[in-house]
Amino acid sequence: MSQDIWNFIFIGITFGIYIGIALWAKAGSTKEYYTAGGGVSALANGMATGADWMSAATFISMAGIVAASGYDASRFLMGWTGGFVLLTTLMVPYLRKFGKATVPDFIGDRFYSKTARLVAVFCAIFICMTYIMGQMRGVGIVFSRLFNIEIATGVIIGGSIVFFYAGLGGMKGITYTQVAQYCVMVFAYTIPVIFISLALTGNVIPQMGLIGDFTKGGEAVPLLQKMNDLSVELGVTKYTDGSLSTTDMFCITAALMAGTAGLPHVIVRFFTVKSVKAVRKSACWTLFFIAIIYLTAPALGLFARTNLVDELNNKSYTEAPSWFKNWEDQGMIAWVDKNNDGIIQYGKGKAFAGKPIMDGEKRGEQGQRIVKNEVTSDPNEVYYDRDIIVLANPEMAGLPKWLIALVMAGCVAAALSTAAGLLLVLSTSISHDLMKKIIKPDITDKQEMAYARMASFGALVIASYFGINPPSSFVAKTVAFAFGLAASSFFPTLLMGIFSKRVNKEGAIVGMICGISFTFAYIVYFQFIAEHQNYLFGISPEGIGFVGMFINFIVTIVISSFTPAPPQEVQDMVEHIRIPSGAGEASH
Amino acid sequence: MSENKNSAEEHYKGSLKIVGVILFIWAFISYGCAIIFRDWMDANMPSIGNAPFGFWMAQQGSIIGFVLLLLAYTFFMNKLDEKHGFGEED
Repeated sequence: MSQDIWNFIFIGITFGIYIGIALWAKAGSTKEYYTAGGGVSALANGMATGADWMSAATFISMAGIVAASGYDASRFLMGWTGGFVLLTTLMVPYLRKFGKATVPDFIGDRFYSKTARLVAVFCAIFICMTYIMGQMRGVGIVFSRLFNIEIATGVIIGGSIVFFYAGLGGMKGITYTQVAQYCVMVFAYTIPVIFISLALTGNVIPQMGLIGDFTKGGEAVPLLQKMNDLSVELGVTKYTDGSLSTTDMFCITAALMAGTAGLPHVIVRFFTVKSVKAVRKSACWTLFFIAIIYLTAPALGLFARTNLVDELNNKSYTEAPSWFKNWEDQGMIAWVDKNNDGIIQYGKGKAFAGKPIMDGEKRGEQGQRIVKNEVTSDPNEVYYDRDIIVLANPEMAGLPKWLIALVMAGCVAAALSTAAGLLLVLSTSISHDLMKKIIKPDITDKQEMAYARMASFGALVIASYFGINPPSSFVAKTVAFAFGLAASSFFPTLLMGIFSKRVNKEGAIVGMICGISFTFAYIVYFQFIAEHQNYLFGISPEGIGFVGMFINFIVTIVISSFTPAPPQEVQDMVEHIRIPSGAGEASH
Repeated sequence: MSENKNSAEEHYKGSLKIVGVILFIWAFISYGCAIIFRDWMDANMPSIGNAPFGFWMAQQGSIIGFVLLLLAYTFFMNKLDEKHGFGEED
């Protein structure tokens, strides 16, 4: 059977499952729409949160980032897992006890102010919208590669599926589709790596292979040592050494951690379980399920890099493995024969400026595709798109076609599950917090759900538009920046709302606005306006959310100390959420 | 009522202690071992398999540590809940 047929079978089966679950779990009330009815088991919620959390970017790109930058990539590995420790110990048990269904709901009640609620709604929409655009783009790219269709068509297909189960089923539909999606993702991610690990290191556990010996081709040498030596030979930074400054590394990791703890689509997942005790148990499961994939990524990254160097460097193009040529046909790999020797040289620097622009179907002397880009003077002759690391690894390891199809299904699952979670936050922020709590307090349960469905449709249309027409490289970058925005707005405000009785509405409102505007302005300035790299204290835009977070903290505390304390009933409420028992079911 | 309030306060203080210790270890294994003191760790700590200690902490050790920390948090918080009479079925 050809690869295409396998792809159709796997994508078809998984989509069938998602749609089946959506029909089974159609939400009948706002309670089911917002919190899946409140009785999701800790284990199921753990899996669902894992799928919700791992986006197309994590699934497709993370191993590629590790392969390209070695130690430096640890900022993502630690940042995105370490955030769950913050989330679990400081946030979700208390927010679950509070017992409402959305994040702006907590902020609106805790800071007894419609303005605070409005600012929170705005922040939530802003964060989720930047994030969801990237997911839609991801779905489009995977589909276009799978079925050779336009990216736009791919985005529309993905969008319709998401609307079908997120819009109709709400949280209930999302929860159980995400459980299925996690299962697809975890098999798709780990199985190929196990085979690669066996081939390269003889170790069936990839995590052990990472710290083990390279055994392919006879003599056993320490794998990391081999990679470091190769790197030195090629003139690039050692794999186990970083090139980022300690300050930058620290700030980016911290911003990602705090951002994780402030992301509304992750927080709301914990409103679906029964009690505070179940929240803690569920958080353990979540991190466990995420860790399976996050511990596999560094192994995959190292294996892929080793393969890349080992199988390509100083080999003639005609002998290059077939995956190299397949991905070259897709325009994801390119080779420029700078010294006209017909041999692939991989080394320091870039092969050419920017992404490859292929010169039609023209082929060079060795049969390689010709690029129109301006060639650099660096010795490197190979360009590869980092995103192919996960997509191409089954092929690199010579695995069967059905496994390649499984990886494709995993990519789609990763993008769809995150998009659905974000869509839910967007639609509930609008229907519940904006319509019900601010604009039209007298709407019925049924009308509120109708607004939620309309809002999710509207949000999806906008997200799809930007997925099809991305504002330059804006989308890919803003996914990482969404964390900085969450770290500088929601994280400090929620934290102070829970742990301080003194912080009041004036402080919280001004603090949130200052934090998010500073972070946003810094990102926009250094990403789009200033060409130079004169970062403030050497902190790159990725890590600036950490500084924005401190600005939020300081502004909130200073303003709160000059303005009157919150009313007694709010102080009582803060005391109430600190007691774990008697959470009851989440209401709205 | 006042007794209940007292136990609530005791419980809150106890939970802050647990969270404090967990977060201290959390910061130490990630920011400490893997970033700030990394060079020292690489040079002076035994390597894990073939990986230098700091590098291993950054790529694997800290993640394993986070999972264990959450297990410990859950265990101690549940115990604290029981002690102050806030225990629940899950």
